[in-house]
Amino acid sequence: MGKTLYDKVWDAHIVKQGEDGSSLLYIDRHIMHEVTSPQAFEGLKLAGRKVWRVSSIIATPDHNVPTTDRSSGIADEISALQVSTLLDNCETHGVPLFRLEDKRQGIVHVIGPEQGAVLPGMTAVCGDSHTSTLGAFGALAFGIGTSDVEHVMATQCMLMTKARNMLVRVDGSVPAGVTAKDIILHIIGVIGTAGGTGHTIEFSGSAIRNLSMEGRMTVCNMAIEAGARAGMIAVDETTIEYLKGRPYAPDGADWEIAVEAWKTLHSDADAVFDRVVDIDAAQIEPQVSWGTSPEMVVPVSGRVPDPADEADPARRAAIERALTYMGLDARTPIEQIAIDKVFIGSCTNSRIEDLRAAARVVDGRRVAATVKLAMVVPGSGLVKEQAEREGLDRIFKTAGFEWREPGCSMCLGMNNDRLAEGERCASTSNRNFEGRQGAGGRTHLVSPETAAAAAVTGHFIDARTLA
Amino acid sequence: MEKFTVMTGLVAPLARDNVDTDAIIPKQFLKSIHRTGFGQFCFDEWRFMDRGYLGIDPASRKPNPAFELNQARYHGASILLAGKNFGCGSSREHAPWALEQYGFRAVIAPSFADIFFNNCFKNGLLPIVLPADVVERLFAEVAAQGGYCLTVDLEKQQVLTPSGEALSFAVDPLRRHRLLEGLDDIGETLLEADAIAAFEKAHLAKSPWLNKQAAG
Repeated sequence: MGKTLYDKVWDAHIVKQGEDGSSLLYIDRHIMHEVTSPQAFEGLKLAGRKVWRVSSIIATPDHNVPTTDRSSGIADEISALQVSTLLDNCETHGVPLFRLEDKRQGIVHVIGPEQGAVLPGMTAVCGDSHTSTLGAFGALAFGIGTSDVEHVMATQCMLMTKARNMLVRVDGSVPAGVTAKDIILHIIGVIGTAGGTGHTIEFSGSAIRNLSMEGRMTVCNMAIEAGARAGMIAVDETTIEYLKGRPYAPDGADWEIAVEAWKTLHSDADAVFDRVVDIDAAQIEPQVSWGTSPEMVVPVSGRVPDPADEADPARRAAIERALTYMGLDARTPIEQIAIDKVFIGSCTNSRIEDLRAAARVVDGRRVAATVKLAMVVPGSGLVKEQAEREGLDRIFKTAGFEWREPGCSMCLGMNNDRLAEGERCASTSNRNFEGRQGAGGRTHLVSPETAAAAAVTGHFIDARTLA
Repeated sequence: MEKFTVMTGLVAPLARDNVDTDAIIPKQFLKSIHRTGFGQFCFDEWRFMDRGYLGIDPASRKPNPAFELNQARYHGASILLAGKNFGCGSSREHAPWALEQYGFRAVIAPSFADIFFNNCFKNGLLPIVLPADVVERLFAEVAAQGGYCLTVDLEKQQVLTPSGEALSFAVDPLRRHRLLEGLDDIGETLLEADAIAAFEKAHLAKSPWLNKQAAG
């Protein structure tokens, strides 16, 4: 029987197979940030343990950093302590670190790929659930808690039970103007927020193959929003082309050897999946979430659902609760929902391609007068630099957007970038949970294009109609 | 880690599906660099009318009377009864820390999100999966009887109801063993240090680029 992509990467990293079905899995890459690592370093210290392989780690502050001018440091004392703790810990253990002033600093899931530090066939972990992003490279990448951050630092391994194999096949061509974000939001709407629990999802099909690496990262990023700890996409020329010449990618003779090995990183034709879901790409429209779970999505042309139409009492209650929280009436057309703020950024949609797409919509237009704040937060210093070289910053600033420094920002609102009570946001991030972007804040998940269109019109609208 | 063998405790209900880790412990508390102090902020946005922050005076808080856990009958609860897909979202281990430090030793639900489920075992908090119809029935029993307690027996893998009914649950044998014995995961894995080192040597020799360091 053939192997899936997940089987191949998993099997190549088994240090020891337990009799009870658990495996000790070797971890190639560990990416680290300031929020989920301090207690892990403290644990190492208390136990008198050292880091197993320092060269496997890359660290950077991203979650709890200001995105406004930070040339004079971080004003918030508690945040400043968390960031300086990361710096101290990295210094003590010799862990490679991109400091706040370094242009390579940025969101962990943006900078890892950008540096070529996540390669096909690798196992990669990070104390952040959106580590699934990195599976776009044919790597097995997943988020871990702080105890496991400590465990991987001390042992270079994870003790795990293998997940089941799930295939989400998106065949056909998406209509023009439909993005990777729309594809993954649509998938989550179909399979549900627990649809991939206990599984590793491989995304395949012509609509996935036609995506750029940025688009593939957007899709894998939100595998966790469908419940799957890891999402993966097979390696092809697009993957290899993206990696060539990046700082951590192999070079010289190693490059040729690596590429040959990487070309085997796809599911065999006779591989068997525990579950297969087929999605028709042609049916996907630009998506907007209306509720407080990523599965609560509809096309931009649609309406907010009516709980009265839901037969299942638990689901009906969840819809009612979400509508109350979101301040929405049943059956409201999505395009009639006005917004207060716009956030373009996050590990889902802050890469150069995302900023280009948003800028194309914004170019020559102005942020609507009813919008209190529209902000663009590039995923890394390098993305920011590239965007400025292309003049994207000028397009955004001329239109009335704020152009910020890199970080996680309003995706989770650990810094000052937050929604106030009752504020409604068109956001390119990944979670619309209650309070996620600020206590009482109301999040609508959308693509960069849809967020940009909402910014310039003041309400949701199909960005394609602005062309 | 503290051992988990048998415990009996008051049950508090939280009858919602998809309770995420942002709800269990909101973002502002993740600024702490410590492992403790999260219990007072567990479910902060649901539990209080005012907005909490690190360092807030606990005496100044305004409890939300509508939130289940604030009802007097559920004070001192150590078992949480929850809806499906409990603990979805962020990988923050602050979520099991907050629940455990609030006083919970076990969470019973029809299903859990994977990362949260895994994190619980590292902190002596036992996540128990019971069938949806059984959880539904337990919700009804908790609502109907004041002071409703359950006994969780990890050794026997059973939840015992007040009527004496034994509800069996599955648990990964290795995790069960480590919880029963209170073993440290890292210490156990380091017993395999030689095997890890041997694997690593061969693995990095085969694919040397895995260990490449970038200049600068």
